[in-house]
Amino acid sequence: MPNFKKKSAKTKQEIPTTAMPDIVFMLLIFFMVTTVLREVTLQVRVDLTRAVNIEKIEQKRLISYLYIGPQSLGSNTYGDTKVQIDDALIDNLTFIRRIMYDKLVEQPKLIVSLRVDRESEMGMVTDVQQELRQAGTFQINYSTRRQL
Amino acid sequence: MLRKKKGRVEPEIPSSSLADIAFLLLVFFLVVTTIDTDTGIGLVLPPPPTEDNPPPPIRERNLLKILVNAQGMILINERPAALADVKQRVMDFVDNNDRDPNLSINPKAAIVSIKTDRQTPYEIYIDMMDEVRGAYKVLRDGVSMAQFGIPYDLYKTRLAGTGREDVVKDIYPMNVSIAEPDKGAGR
Repeated sequence: MPNFKKKSAKTKQEIPTTAMPDIVFMLLIFFMVTTVLREVTLQVRVDLTRAVNIEKIEQKRLISYLYIGPQSLGSNTYGDTKVQIDDALIDNLTFIRRIMYDKLVEQPKLIVSLRVDRESEMGMVTDVQQELRQAGTFQINYSTRRQL
Repeated sequence: MLRKKKGRVEPEIPSSSLADIAFLLLVFFLVVTTIDTDTGIGLVLPPPPTEDNPPPPIRERNLLKILVNAQGMILINERPAALADVKQRVMDFVDNNDRDPNLSINPKAAIVSIKTDRQTPYEIYIDMMDEVRGAYKVLRDGVSMAQFGIPYDLYKTRLAGTGREDVVKDIYPMNVSIAEPDKGAGR
């Protein structure tokens, strides 16, 4: 027993760190894969409303976003309510029909997520919904945040 | 031991900083990543009405008409109602099961019809939708607790991927319909 004690006292206590870069690289690759760098630049203001009874949409690739809100003109001034799909503002609402139809052909399980500014009026939302019905994209989602 | 090593020249790439570089990249991606799932209120729009495919006739009693007008006031079957009352009204209506002759025959036939004006504030519309969904959540949770002893959310996650039928949803299907907007309301 005294022998053993002496021996253990001599050895250096060290945590092996050779595997650390591997672990870090694994984490790195995970975050690289999950990161989505490209986000659309919003040209309309979208301040989402809050709700309690909401559901999560897990399959992000099924979602196509549609933004409705007052056009931001810079320095905190806002114009009329406009519709934005991807990176472009929609001047004529009938274009939505074609754009969404093309997206539906590409992804038959398409869910259109309407991100609408809280101060919007239903008129624009109704018009957009009518266009979506014409396009055949019936699955929609009113994007809301969870009420705290 | 030390001497022996000194004598031999071993070409080596210094790899001590490898971890540092990897950490730097890791921190960058950690900061940039947003793992957010979209949350919201799901809805299925009806197909556009056509001449040869008119909407099916619905008995008056199976329809709960909710109108949110331009002032943000809520009218249930043409009578004003407070937002806080919507949940109870929907629950009474859906879960009537032929008790009250003015309310729905059974939950499967019950349809909540929602109509808005062009000037209706979107926020109030969403609040109202939230209440309607809340009513269905209470009803579904009740059935789920009685039959399986778990809330509906948990039941649904357990059911996912098993391919079995959603019994609770079958009892209380959420029939929320968006009413056809008025013609000539002005574009």
